[in-house]
Amino acid sequence: MPNETVQPIKFYQTGTLTVGNRLLDPEKRTVQASGERTNAITSGHRACQGCGEALGARYALDAAMRATGNRVVAVNATGCLEVFTTPYPETAWQLPWLHSLFGNAAAVASGVAAAMRAKGRPEVRVIAQGGDGGTTDIGFGCLSGMFERNDDVLYICYDNEAYMNTGVQRSSATPPAARTATTPAVGDKPGNVFGTGKNLPLIAMAHGIPYVATASVADLRDLEAKVQKAMTIRGARYIHVFVPCPLGWGSASQDTIKLARLAIESGLFPVFEAEYGEVVRSRAIRRKVPVEDYLKPQRRFAHLFKAGKPDVDRIARLQAVADANIKRFNLLRPDGDA
Amino acid sequence: MNKPFAITLDVGSSLANLTGSWRTSKPVYVDRIPPCNMTCPAGEDIQGWLYHAESGDYRAAWEHLMRENPLPAIMGRACYHTCESACNRGQLDTAVSIHAVERFLGDLAIKEGWLITDKAPPTGKKVLVIGAGPSGLSASYHLARLGHAVTLCDAGPLPGGMMRFGIPKYRLPREVLDAEIGRIVALGVELKLNTKIDDIPKAMKDGGYDACFAAVGAHLAKRVDIPAPDAARILDAVSVLRHMETGEEPPMLGRRVIVYGGGNTAMDVARTAKRLGAEAMVVYRRTREQMPAHDFEVREAEEEGVVMHWLRTVKQVDEASFTVEKMTIGADGWPQPTGEFETIEADTLVLALGQEVDTTVLSKIDGVKVTRDGTIQVDQGMMTGYPGLFAGGDMVPSDRTVTVAVGHGKKAARNIDSWLKGASFAPTPRHGLATFERLNPWYYTDAPKTVQPTLDILRRRTSFEEIHSGLDETNALFEARRCLSCGNCFECDNCFGVCPDNAVIKLGPGKRFDFNYDFCKGCGICAAECPCGAIDMVPEEK
Repeated sequence: MPNETVQPIKFYQTGTLTVGNRLLDPEKRTVQASGERTNAITSGHRACQGCGEALGARYALDAAMRATGNRVVAVNATGCLEVFTTPYPETAWQLPWLHSLFGNAAAVASGVAAAMRAKGRPEVRVIAQGGDGGTTDIGFGCLSGMFERNDDVLYICYDNEAYMNTGVQRSSATPPAARTATTPAVGDKPGNVFGTGKNLPLIAMAHGIPYVATASVADLRDLEAKVQKAMTIRGARYIHVFVPCPLGWGSASQDTIKLARLAIESGLFPVFEAEYGEVVRSRAIRRKVPVEDYLKPQRRFAHLFKAGKPDVDRIARLQAVADANIKRFNLLRPDGDA
Repeated sequence: MNKPFAITLDVGSSLANLTGSWRTSKPVYVDRIPPCNMTCPAGEDIQGWLYHAESGDYRAAWEHLMRENPLPAIMGRACYHTCESACNRGQLDTAVSIHAVERFLGDLAIKEGWLITDKAPPTGKKVLVIGAGPSGLSASYHLARLGHAVTLCDAGPLPGGMMRFGIPKYRLPREVLDAEIGRIVALGVELKLNTKIDDIPKAMKDGGYDACFAAVGAHLAKRVDIPAPDAARILDAVSVLRHMETGEEPPMLGRRVIVYGGGNTAMDVARTAKRLGAEAMVVYRRTREQMPAHDFEVREAEEEGVVMHWLRTVKQVDEASFTVEKMTIGADGWPQPTGEFETIEADTLVLALGQEVDTTVLSKIDGVKVTRDGTIQVDQGMMTGYPGLFAGGDMVPSDRTVTVAVGHGKKAARNIDSWLKGASFAPTPRHGLATFERLNPWYYTDAPKTVQPTLDILRRRTSFEEIHSGLDETNALFEARRCLSCGNCFECDNCFGVCPDNAVIKLGPGKRFDFNYDFCKGCGICAAECPCGAIDMVPEEK
């Protein structure tokens, strides 16, 4: 897997890791650094304090709006993102936005794309978006169909690893050992069971669609570059964005980006790009950390770290998941140390 | 009723929800004092001038630096840069080479002929400054910028004090010294050389001076009684170094010179002797670790071939050999004689045992007090017991370095200014320290590997001072950009970007940011992700 840095410029004070940089040429700064960014979700939305999804959706849609000259329609699955932005009759959205059902966002988006084509307005691009529940479980059939037909839609999944809107129930994206309302931390195997769940980016790749990528709120430049790239491609595209949820994970509201960063740096969340079913690029780990660093600040994993009785065995199994990712996506490389 | 089916309300905006009401604690922008600024004896705003240097605006950087210190090219060479020992970057990789950037700015200013032109309007007050060393020059500069008429007198033939008569040329070239002094004179300071003032109150009265700053330094060499024949050659370090500047011929040293003492002056004189072709040796009664000389000075001296004899005292001087006694460190940490003796072949002894203040002129003035260690007592505002007479530099109790002296000059100037206005000088209260723990070091990248080795060599070279050249522009810019901007916003846009509620307002270049408390929910991500620790979360009032 050849590696390409998204931004070749290095500034020694801050690198390219901060949102902006006064020393960088304006055209090389991020969309989020601009005072003129569109703020696709405006203030006053009712997401919790420190919501990763509100942040991830604004990052992605602002980048898509910049890339298309604001000619974007968004179709939303049911979920937190839909609920906290549009309590009737208010809306936080600053772009055309539709919501139909929990499970049909991909199908509705396919229809919007077809309608735009029929109206002779192919320059209007369509984004479908949803949480992990609406994507990996409930909307999965429609999504697979959208992929299979190679409809001209970018589907973005904001993955916070459970049904947070309805009260933190397990989804097929919930990681092993995590406590949810439906996988309580009781018994001799507390939390979600090992060996279950789906890896949707890999399933998307298996459809052979033009573009699949994972991204994180902890790496804005990478996320923006992937959205911009996706908007240059026609056909079905899928981006899976990792968005911590302070409420559902039992983490401090200020730790949202830190946890997303630790998920990448531990190897638990591999960040990569795939074209036509093949992985073409991955983002190297910069400062490797053990999975404990990521798990400990979250109450959903607190049962692994009981005082005097840490669950060494299952922590090791989570570390093995991370290690397998590191191997599979070649995440530990010399170029990561920058 | 022109609404679609089942719709009864007009479309509203979420902006109607002032989600700021959820907040239990709020972010506030703060400025903290970076450790470099905290430790600088001259009170420089190092982070502040590096900020300008980072963007390549060297003129602005230099002018910012010149607010506190009129001698950057000298300081970049002669200062022992305590700032770099304190630099938070040292905990990431290596400290920012602050002195090298300072020297670059100072040299650039000399090369470009930059001058300070903004001065306060004339106040009509006259101030006499005695001693044209770093302290007197600094005081004169600041007093002149504050609008006072300054006369600067020095008993010597050339200005600069210990910067000229104590620091060897290889550490501080004289053209640099002359250029920076010349710039102070160009500010309108009247410089009177070869002018010794024996009666300060009379000189103030006769000259119509409203205040006086005395900074005559400490240049009486401490002596020690060692049995020696009359023909033995025994000199003192101050005279040797002074003679290097004023004498037509270099000082008459023998072929094998022993320098007695362990301070920086001992190193200077040993390295000078070495450069004059002598075999140079240092004899010191304690261990290397206990030497007051800076480690790098000792290292450089050793690299240049100066031989060190630790734990020895000179007991007897003869014409061609010296008798030294071995010492040992006792339980109390002090050297104890062992009764064992050695002979070292040598023909010259240079005493570098420290210097004392000549207090004869000041001690006879009413109200001026001399401390037990022979220095002049001053109050917090640098004033002696005689109203209007201030003192600073080596002659008051302090660490005797050029930078401390420059700091004294500034402090005295500001106090004199207030005193002349009938007020008392109140320094701006200091912010809390910007500790390493407040930083989010994730956001600071390492230097690329291709550049870093070159820089390491450069950094090593520049700490050798004049033996090697300074930074060029590329390296200076690189070095400046390594600054972490500890505790002070450098407009990286992180807070602006990471707020899930768009509650950070970007005010534009140089104007930083503000919070929109109508919508800020107080999640604290901005504070957690601020690289330099310039945001605090404070509890909301009930």
